[in-house]
Amino acid sequence: MVTVKEPTAGTMAARTAVILFVFVIVFTGLLAGAYQWTLPAIQASATEEKMKLVNEVLPTASYDNDLLHDTLALAPTPELGLEEPSTVFRARMGGAPAALVLEAVAPDGYAGKIRLILAVQADGRVAGVRVTQHKETPGLGDYVEPKKDRNKERPWITQFNGLSLATLAEKEWKVKKDGGHFDSNAGATVTPRAVVKAVKKAVAYVDAHRDELFAAADKNAADRK
Amino acid sequence: MITREEFKQIAGNGIWKQNTSLVQILGLCPLLAVTTNLVNGVMLSLATIIVMALSGVAIASLRNFIPHEIRIPVFILVVAALVTVVDLLFNANLHELYLVLGIFIPLIVTNCIVLARVEAYAAKNPPLQATADGVFMGVGMLWTLGLLGGLRELIGAGTLFSGIDMVFPGLQPLQLLPKDYPGLLLAILPPGAFILLGCLIAWKNWIEARAAARQQKTPPAPVAEAGCH
Repeated sequence: MVTVKEPTAGTMAARTAVILFVFVIVFTGLLAGAYQWTLPAIQASATEEKMKLVNEVLPTASYDNDLLHDTLALAPTPELGLEEPSTVFRARMGGAPAALVLEAVAPDGYAGKIRLILAVQADGRVAGVRVTQHKETPGLGDYVEPKKDRNKERPWITQFNGLSLATLAEKEWKVKKDGGHFDSNAGATVTPRAVVKAVKKAVAYVDAHRDELFAAADKNAADRK
Repeated sequence: MITREEFKQIAGNGIWKQNTSLVQILGLCPLLAVTTNLVNGVMLSLATIIVMALSGVAIASLRNFIPHEIRIPVFILVVAALVTVVDLLFNANLHELYLVLGIFIPLIVTNCIVLARVEAYAAKNPPLQATADGVFMGVGMLWTLGLLGGLRELIGAGTLFSGIDMVFPGLQPLQLLPKDYPGLLLAILPPGAFILLGCLIAWKNWIEARAAARQQKTPPAPVAEAGCH
């Protein structure tokens, strides 16, 4: 072995620290650059996806306003399972209230929170429900998401369509296994149970607060005129 | 440059001899979580191939600038940054593909196979070889995870290719077992993945043991085969 003059521990440490620092700077810069560069495209597709979701829960024919710009900021609402502020989209037909599109969270899924978006019509009926985010077991509890549901003709989540607390008694808002109205797949009842409960609570919330939510919408409409 | 022999050796190691899931037994966390069906297993592997090829070429190019003492933090930094950049670029430019692959890309961060190959191979070899190594390690993972996912899906639910319509709209999953097949929950849950992975490892060992036994019976070939390893 050739004898090389060993650098002291101090210079070694300093050199290593500088090199690591340079790597951190370069790669953090790379990350920041990639983030900035992709941000507009990512935001655009997020808005597009939001609109697509809204269209899934609420037929486009049932309203005629620009509902992405007719919104109401909602403070954190425990009744909806929301710990953070959310946005309510207000659909109107010829100026008259048609439906509210709102977010809700089922806190008691099999693997944490299940985020939902649902549309409740002015008469209290559910126009549609979709799961927007969940961590349920793939291939087992994820059939609450129609894309993953093997029943393509009548996906599980469409069971809510057209129901309201007036047409279906509150104690019926349970899965069949618990003596209620809703089907569930064998071996995965925790997920649908959580979703049913969250939708029931959201419908009840809209029933209780319909006037304030719609009053705010009406006031906005008046402002615009 | 990369020679034919080198290439063959890298491919053989990745696909069979050093198979990530069956021999190195690395990256079990995403393996268990994702291989509930064939499509998911294949998709995760595709995302991993991309990240492993990129991290291989990046580390191999930078290998002479990375001091030995701090190589692990630098590897982690480079791999994590690359995964995030790939995630962002996919999301922005290939949004349709991102909707399919997207959930798997962050999962790769939990896959120690990327770091393991970077440490064991890319840090000591030129970029071209390191890229090939990353790709073929990923290919080895692809067939293993595809097989495991397919088996779990078939035993657990009686179908194959469920979720294919998300990748290729219009294609339908195959219902291989009778429609009233009740399904075997165990196969879908993580213990089922462990059991089936164990069976696959046993199957691979059996094939190799048989090949070794056959070689012993026939007179040993001249040293021509030596040179591997």
